[in-house]
Amino acid sequence: MAAFAWPDWAALAPAIVLGLTALLLLVVDSIYPHTRDNPILAGISTLGAVVAGGLAAWFITSGTGENPIPLYGNAMVVDTMSLFFVLIFASVTALVSIASYDYLKGNSYQAEYYTLVVLAATGMTLMASSNSLATVFISLELASLPSYALVAMLKKNRGSVEAGLKYFLIGALSSAIFAYGISLVYGVTGHLQLDLIATTLGQGFSGLGGVLGVGVLMVVAGFAFKTASVPFHFWAPEAYEGAPAPISGFLSSASKAAGFAVAFRVFVTAFPFALVSGTIDWVLVFQILAVVTMTLGNFAAATQDKVKRMLAYSSIGHAGYVLIGLAALYGGNNSGVLSGAMLHLLVYGFMNTGAFLFIALVEYWGVGRTFEDYNGLAEKAPIACLAMTVFLFNLAGLPIGAGFMSKYILFGAAVGAGFWWLAAVGAINSALSLFYYSRVVKAMWIEDPEGDFTIRSTPTGLYVAVVAAAVVTVALLFAFGPVADTAYNAAATLFA
Amino acid sequence: MIVEALLAVTLVSAFAVFLAPDKIAGKLAFVLSLLPAAGSIWMYSDFNGSGNALLGGKLAFEETFKWVTFGPYALNWHVGLDGISMPLLVLTAVLTPLAILAAWTPIQSRQSQFFGLMLFMEMSLLGVFSALDFFIWFIFWEMVLVPMYFLIGIWGGPRRKYAAIKFFVYTNVASLLMFIGFIALVFGLGDSITSLDMPVIAQALNDGQLGSLGGIGAGTLKALAFFAMFIGFGVKVPIVPFHTWLPDAHVEAPTPVSIMLAGVMLKMGTYALLRFNFTMLPGVAKDYAFIIALVAVVSVIYGALLALAQSDLKRIVAYSSVSSMGYVILGLVAFNMYGVGGATFQMVAHGLISGLMFMAVGVIYNTTHTRMVSDMSGLADKMPITVAVFVAGAFGYMGLPLMAGFAAEFFIFVGAFHSTVLAGTVAGTNGLALFTGAAMFGIVIVAGYLLFAMQRTLFGPFRLETDYEVGRASFHDVAPLVVLILLVILLGVQPNIFYHMIQDAVGEMALLAGGGA
Repeated sequence: MAAFAWPDWAALAPAIVLGLTALLLLVVDSIYPHTRDNPILAGISTLGAVVAGGLAAWFITSGTGENPIPLYGNAMVVDTMSLFFVLIFASVTALVSIASYDYLKGNSYQAEYYTLVVLAATGMTLMASSNSLATVFISLELASLPSYALVAMLKKNRGSVEAGLKYFLIGALSSAIFAYGISLVYGVTGHLQLDLIATTLGQGFSGLGGVLGVGVLMVVAGFAFKTASVPFHFWAPEAYEGAPAPISGFLSSASKAAGFAVAFRVFVTAFPFALVSGTIDWVLVFQILAVVTMTLGNFAAATQDKVKRMLAYSSIGHAGYVLIGLAALYGGNNSGVLSGAMLHLLVYGFMNTGAFLFIALVEYWGVGRTFEDYNGLAEKAPIACLAMTVFLFNLAGLPIGAGFMSKYILFGAAVGAGFWWLAAVGAINSALSLFYYSRVVKAMWIEDPEGDFTIRSTPTGLYVAVVAAAVVTVALLFAFGPVADTAYNAAATLFA
Repeated sequence: MIVEALLAVTLVSAFAVFLAPDKIAGKLAFVLSLLPAAGSIWMYSDFNGSGNALLGGKLAFEETFKWVTFGPYALNWHVGLDGISMPLLVLTAVLTPLAILAAWTPIQSRQSQFFGLMLFMEMSLLGVFSALDFFIWFIFWEMVLVPMYFLIGIWGGPRRKYAAIKFFVYTNVASLLMFIGFIALVFGLGDSITSLDMPVIAQALNDGQLGSLGGIGAGTLKALAFFAMFIGFGVKVPIVPFHTWLPDAHVEAPTPVSIMLAGVMLKMGTYALLRFNFTMLPGVAKDYAFIIALVAVVSVIYGALLALAQSDLKRIVAYSSVSSMGYVILGLVAFNMYGVGGATFQMVAHGLISGLMFMAVGVIYNTTHTRMVSDMSGLADKMPITVAVFVAGAFGYMGLPLMAGFAAEFFIFVGAFHSTVLAGTVAGTNGLALFTGAAMFGIVIVAGYLLFAMQRTLFGPFRLETDYEVGRASFHDVAPLVVLILLVILLGVQPNIFYHMIQDAVGEMALLAGGGA
């Protein structure tokens, strides 16, 4: 069909575009050192993300990933699933870049900021395509290292620096555990490539089951850290609260999605349940993780008195919902469960990023951080608050947007796979979450403002990003058909 | 695409009003709300459906297409109207402009948000009454709650926050319960069901295809699902003992919101009961008819007694809603043409009359700034038109002939008296007769408290214990009252405007369940 055949590596175009964007940003910085002229920086970074996302969307619609394209000796693979995740990363990156335009005004190190964001996005994109534990590790580090720096970006803010340090220390420890786990798996199987690991396991192994089990558990720990799942979650509230708000949104949506992308691929491709269930029942491990993560995240969120911290804990709760995607596997509805999780991550990318960007807007205005500080905000900024209301009700799973849809599909798929108790725990947690999400809504719309604060200006970039995220959150409800199809087929190829 | 157009116009209007400046928001909202009103009346005149949508009837304005396919499951867009939903759709579309008109005076802050939310709520209500796929139906169902929460919470009275949250919590928990009940049925139906299309599911349930789920047998599953849904919908109706959110919500809500709440939103509950509990699981409904009838009668009498004990005009009207909705349940459980038809007709009639009453109380409050019966007396001299309409509305509430309420209650009582659903359980009766007799006593109490309240507030020498000057209400306050009273009389004189299509839609179901003639 195509006029000329594309070389195979072109399938990685989204990642390449993001990488080049990061380099371009560095070039701009070296030509105009210490520039504070951030329309150009924000523009380049947004454009790069949009082009990468557009390429991914084009690949999906033209069917490029339907047959997985192996690259670099099968160390990377591009399929519909990886492209689907690229869409998530690219949209979040674009939203964050637009919003950062206002948020960063007057700050130094702007070029570095955008470069790091785009580099992290590149790493995430590569994570989604990684087909070898080695590339998984490298791309994970490429995504993580910029994140540490980004969290500590506000150098004059003690919270930010402390959060960055904490994040870095725990991240380094997790990387070490993860790398050790990889080495154990390699020791047992002699392979790093995911499909070859599975093949080797299929041929049987004797006497090394324990080693393999420990290795897989350590790999689980690595992912649990990246996705902020209990018990490796404790860095997350600090990091999300201390980081610049757009970065909190970036990490809690995109970075989390990347962690899940790679976890899905690794556990489905490299450790098929039938082959390893004798040594380690990782489905059971994920079941426990899912239940504990969503319950703990939601209960902790309910007791917070700062909005940003509440959102940070609630994002742990959402990691718990997505974990159902791994926990309900092998009940007979594999593609349904996995794609349910992917769809929730997609919607989450918009509603959660949007919510954090609204916080960025509020921080920009200099309004405080507690629920009380949000009192009466809707009178001053009805449109932004309307958008925030959309985010919160969607996060809670009220059916006024795609948030309900993705949750419904995720829980419904779990029930379809016979794990109705997982769905029940999820539904109860969702009901609980309505309590703390609606606290913010109540503060914004119903409470009367206490102090007399004035909103000096309406930052265009932040507004555009917040409103765009809200529009997409709602619009996805109507466009859910093709998206769900894509996700379902992508998940199905993984099991083929 | 008529239903879609109706929804789209209302939704776009809502956004337009939300973004409009406060000064023109009210007028703009009124003008825009005339579009769906006119549209719904046109649809009524062009209505060509027959039978019950869930029992193989022919739908008017039906539209169905694939929306989301997900593996073997599908979520479809399916809308259409039958004789049950058409009257309620018209009621919603006609009541909204009147409620908006009634909001011009009392709503003096953040108007664009208020009127935008009103239109958004209208859109959701129209969706509830036209959706026939459970999934989109549930989306609309929940979307109604969100604007209501804000409308009470922002523009309500002094205890508005408490009332709004109580309302939100009650109705959301109820929705969850109902959702679980219904979904359990769907999973119980097994793999043959691949969508949530309500007619398909109703068909499968009535064909007895329900299997067991998670070790629970079909019979128990049916009963459990029935009660999960019954309580879920019953909270919205509301039936005693799940009614306690209602007086709080009503008293704190501003007048136009009360109008929508009592006029349309409570009907969501009875409409859903009719659609889900009584049409999809008639067997269970008949098995537990005794309990349901008891709940109905208790709601009627207890609601009326509570109303009798109130000293706040709005609270009186609010509690009397509990009473009136009890009649609807009674009519439904009679399971015959007159009973179910009357119940459906009562949904429309009560929508108009309660809207009228809340509006009249609102106009009185706007001018006197009190709603306490003890604070005022002799208002008739000062505001004759309002008072005349108030009296007429009260007569409608009491069920005087030639008013919509009479027709509805008459049908319900005829149906319930002749119902054979409970035949033989109480010696010497042919069914619900004993219950019906008890429920009819409610009318006496209604007449009692309304006459008592009117006599003390409206007639006698003029006296008012507030510092406000009482003048005539402005034209745009009184006009909707007059329109409503005319509609109430029109439906009372000529009930066949809606009754023939209602009868056509419920007849089959009545035969199916066999409640007698």
